Amino acid sequence: MGMSGIFTKLIKQTSSIGASAPRSWRLLPLAATLFLAGCDGMSVMNPAGQIGVEERWIILIATCLMLIVVVPVIGMVFFFAWKYRETNTEAPYAPEWSHSNRIEAVIWLVPCLIIAALAVVTWISSHELDPYKPIASDQPPLQVDVVSLDWKWLFIYPDFGVASVNELAIPENVPVKFHLTSGSVMNSFFIPRLGGQIYTMAGMETQLSLVANETGTFGGISANYSGNGFSHMNFKAHSLTRQGFEAWIEKAKSSSNALNLTAYAELAKPSEDHAVVYYASVAPNLFDSILHKLFVSDGYACLPPDSSLRTAAKEQ
Amino acid sequence: MFGKLTLDAIPLHEPILVVTGSVVVLGGLALLAAISYFGKWRYLWDEWLTSVDHKRIGVMYIILAVIMLLRGFADAIMMRSQLALSYGDSTGYLPPEHYDQVFTAHGVIMIFFMAMPFIVGLMNFVVPLQIGARDVAFPYLNSLSFWLTAAGAVLINISLFIGMFARVGWLAYPPLSGLEFSPDVGMDYYLWALNIAGLGTLLAGVNFIVTILKMRAPGMELMRMPIFTWASLCTNILIVISFPVLTATLGMLTLDRYLDMHFFTNEAGGNAMLYVNLIWTWGHPEVYILILPVFGVFSEVIATFSGKPLFGYKSMVYATAAITVMSFLVWVHHFFTMGAGGDVNAFFGITTMLISIPTGVKLFNWLFTMYRGRIRFETPMLWSLAFMVTFTIGGMTGVLLAVPPADFVLHNSLFLVAHFHNVIIGGVLFGCFAGYTYWFPKVFGFKLDETLGRWSVVLWVTGFTLAFAPLYVLGLMGMTRRLSHYDVAAWHPWLIAAACGAAIIAVGIAVQIAQLYVSIRKRAVLADVTGDPWNGRTLEWATASPPPFYNFAVTPVVEGRDEFWIMKRKGWTRKLEDGLQPIHMPRNTGTGVIIGALSVVFGFAMVWHIWWLAIFMAVAMVAASIIHSYDTNRDYFVPTDEVERIEGEQIAQAA
Amino acid sequence: MTVLGFWIYLMSDCIVFASLFAAYVTLSGSMSGNPGNAEMFDLPYVAMETGCLLVSSFTYGLAILAMQKGRSDLVMRWLGVTFLLGLTFIAMEVNEFHHMIAEGMGPGENAFLSSFFTLVGTHGAHVTAGLIWMIVLMAQVTQWGLNEVTRTRLMCLSLFWHFLDIIWIGVFTVVYLRGAMG
Repeated sequence: MGMSGIFTKLIKQTSSIGASAPRSWRLLPLAATLFLAGCDGMSVMNPAGQIGVEERWIILIATCLMLIVVVPVIGMVFFFAWKYRETNTEAPYAPEWSHSNRIEAVIWLVPCLIIAALAVVTWISSHELDPYKPIASDQPPLQVDVVSLDWKWLFIYPDFGVASVNELAIPENVPVKFHLTSGSVMNSFFIPRLGGQIYTMAGMETQLSLVANETGTFGGISANYSGNGFSHMNFKAHSLTRQGFEAWIEKAKSSSNALNLTAYAELAKPSEDHAVVYYASVAPNLFDSILHKLFVSDGYACLPPDSSLRTAAKEQ
Repeated sequence: MFGKLTLDAIPLHEPILVVTGSVVVLGGLALLAAISYFGKWRYLWDEWLTSVDHKRIGVMYIILAVIMLLRGFADAIMMRSQLALSYGDSTGYLPPEHYDQVFTAHGVIMIFFMAMPFIVGLMNFVVPLQIGARDVAFPYLNSLSFWLTAAGAVLINISLFIGMFARVGWLAYPPLSGLEFSPDVGMDYYLWALNIAGLGTLLAGVNFIVTILKMRAPGMELMRMPIFTWASLCTNILIVISFPVLTATLGMLTLDRYLDMHFFTNEAGGNAMLYVNLIWTWGHPEVYILILPVFGVFSEVIATFSGKPLFGYKSMVYATAAITVMSFLVWVHHFFTMGAGGDVNAFFGITTMLISIPTGVKLFNWLFTMYRGRIRFETPMLWSLAFMVTFTIGGMTGVLLAVPPADFVLHNSLFLVAHFHNVIIGGVLFGCFAGYTYWFPKVFGFKLDETLGRWSVVLWVTGFTLAFAPLYVLGLMGMTRRLSHYDVAAWHPWLIAAACGAAIIAVGIAVQIAQLYVSIRKRAVLADVTGDPWNGRTLEWATASPPPFYNFAVTPVVEGRDEFWIMKRKGWTRKLEDGLQPIHMPRNTGTGVIIGALSVVFGFAMVWHIWWLAIFMAVAMVAASIIHSYDTNRDYFVPTDEVERIEGEQIAQAA
Repeated sequence: MTVLGFWIYLMSDCIVFASLFAAYVTLSGSMSGNPGNAEMFDLPYVAMETGCLLVSSFTYGLAILAMQKGRSDLVMRWLGVTFLLGLTFIAMEVNEFHHMIAEGMGPGENAFLSSFFTLVGTHGAHVTAGLIWMIVLMAQVTQWGLNEVTRTRLMCLSLFWHFLDIIWIGVFTVVYLRGAMG
């Protein structure tokens, strides 16, 4: 617990709506939101989930801390420039003065103090908001496997055996644990209104925990340039009620598409502005085999001979 | 015979390129014709191309930088106008395959072929003068460094008209930059241009370290060196430590592409994150390679125009040295979103913030240099004031990005783009412009026009603010970088504003060109006959403007910091020094420019897989070096009476 | 001054090797189905290679001693010996590479082999450059004798040659000994 606990509590208290924080503190994010929200569903200053809210707070706290020194510095630039202008012969002139222990002590000390405060914020928040850390909740997290492809997103729901392309559905207020990799080049999985992004890299697995605390449709993007179709490598993230989410799963299950290895190989070919597709079934361990690069383009030639994946692949 | 090169490589279907190409070809022909018509080939070859004079080489570096600034800015205008147009149903005028080349070229050119040559050019011109030396330690190597840098720049410009440039972003992350996903020649242009230019920079780094350590005038202890020289020393140490990493990393990527190796591929155990780590091991120190020298420029300018010594000289030196060391401990902050975990992210976040402490100290030092001064607001000082404000804001957003959870939502966004332009334009570029205006009279013997100079500051600062403030907002609105098209209505007005900002900057650049033209026309009025147009403090102002090729008739003996200020207080006047002796000077050599030219052809041949030509050029370069090693007639003595004659002319002019 | 400059250059070269070592260590787990290093390397053979290079460093040292005594004939003799030893080293390395490639263990097979060939090959390329330099220098000593220019160059090449020796000790330890121990 200790410091980190206190800090988390501080974030939670000040960030949750209707908290007992002073009015002026609550106005800060509100002002930022009004300024930047727009009507587009993308702004990171208008978060719709706990992680995003906390990350916005970090931005605001850090900015305020730095303004303590930045504002006086900028003020001093203008003030000194004006006061000691050549034409102002009234102002004192000390043509040989270039040293003062007192001033030097202050100009080293002030930045040190600000940075010390920021370092504490950084240390605690880096751990609290580590994307791998599960979100505390009384509900078990929803598992979603994400694969970035040229140039679309594949979402696999291992608990439901369904998958979708360029559309993500999650239940409101349920933590989501993403496991991510890439079937192609490096990308970054990012739903700005829900919180931070994470890279997707071939042969490596990354994880991300997010939660949506309201229903709605949020834009999702790749935030790392990946080639020709990059600008349109977008998807919609739907945060739904429990019933809505179940209906979405049913919709996927009733689709006539099956994501077997052939279908995956077809999907993996580069395409731009890919339409939303639902898959009623997913080849077993598809995510792991993509992750471990057991594929070559013609299917399963690289799988070890005794692999259960190979058996599974043959059965398809 | 010609490898992969066919006539299809010339982009005749791209109207923009055809027009640009024709203009470049016609302009080039006109230039060559003019040189021939005025019979200037001999002059050009003897006085410039083969010159080993650090002042001439410095000028050539800066000319290269200015040309590449125009090229890189043309790319910037294309990007900003594309994004102002390509909202919703409109796709703008640049399809992704073209737009992606544009932003890659913009980044590569502005860092490697604009900022670096500008910085190295300033160091070349100023450092030997500031330390009272006659040239750099290795004059031939200096010439070679320049021509290798120029060769890289030529190669990158060839890619515009023959083939294409890379479409990978300025740091070319694999696997996208590997053979599988970028099979075209664009990446190969990138690799060879940077490998060749990088070698030039590395050699320059070695050269300047030795120059500063070994060639200072007697009495100039380390703690008496002008702060620009200190900054240059630290920068060159960074160059020598970090550029080999770039060479090795790009070398490995080259092997992946040419010999089917698997360092960074998706297959056969390659590891793309190894590249990302290595490239930023170079990349972050590179940021300080750019910014430290301009910190030096600002220190000189602010002290001179405040009429006071720099406040806290020792603090400044320690701060610079601290930044030098710490710049190697922060590279992971460029990829917090890799998922390295809380400990790693927090560590690198905090080390990054620690750098802002010495940087903040520098800002305070400049402020207290102005305090109780008599500030003259001439153009170099105006650039410095603009810098102090914009850089403070850029520094603040930088520290914000160093907090990992903030970075998770701002990484790769336009907020990041705005941040680094805030420090690179507001810091590096304004510093280069301050240095350009400040030392111009020293280089050419006349000042730049003051009125137009002020206008360019105003236009640049206004345009810069209008171009990049919206980008901060757009980043917070979730807009990521490198998009060529978008559908979000709320972004559109901000992007139009940013495009207007770019247009204002364009006017600022036009005013700078006009300033140069007007100043040349008015050079008699603007002439600096004293050699000390700004009431300067350091040794470069003690010699004539422009300095004689041997810099100082008699090597000065240094008694303290701000040596020229001390000399002036003791009643120094320009007169014929006693005890003139023959001056030992290096002879010009054509080897640098020849090897540079060969390396262009070598790079081109490698890009297009014309193996016989590449082998032939490689052998030719080795042969040229060996032939050069047989040249023992490398130096000569300037006789005393000639020194006396040159000095006499300058004293007569000053009188 | 030239020697100081050259020494700084060597330090930067050292960092090139450090990067390649880093890549090698990172990628040495990426065998992608090929036999382990233990089977790949013929340790006694590499030990002989190493011996050649170490002795060549010693003989170069003798050449420098001769230079300090002003004996250009001895300088030439020891440079000749050094050259032959260096050439033997390169020939043995080329032979080793050739065998590996012939056995299907070329640099394009997997990341580990890429990094192995690059690290060892970069060192080999440096030695080759050193050999070319040595020929040129021998020609210049023959022509000009021991003057200020040739002495400085002999000193620089000496630094270069010993530097490559040190790098090789690193390669031998990290690549071969560590490899042989599995």
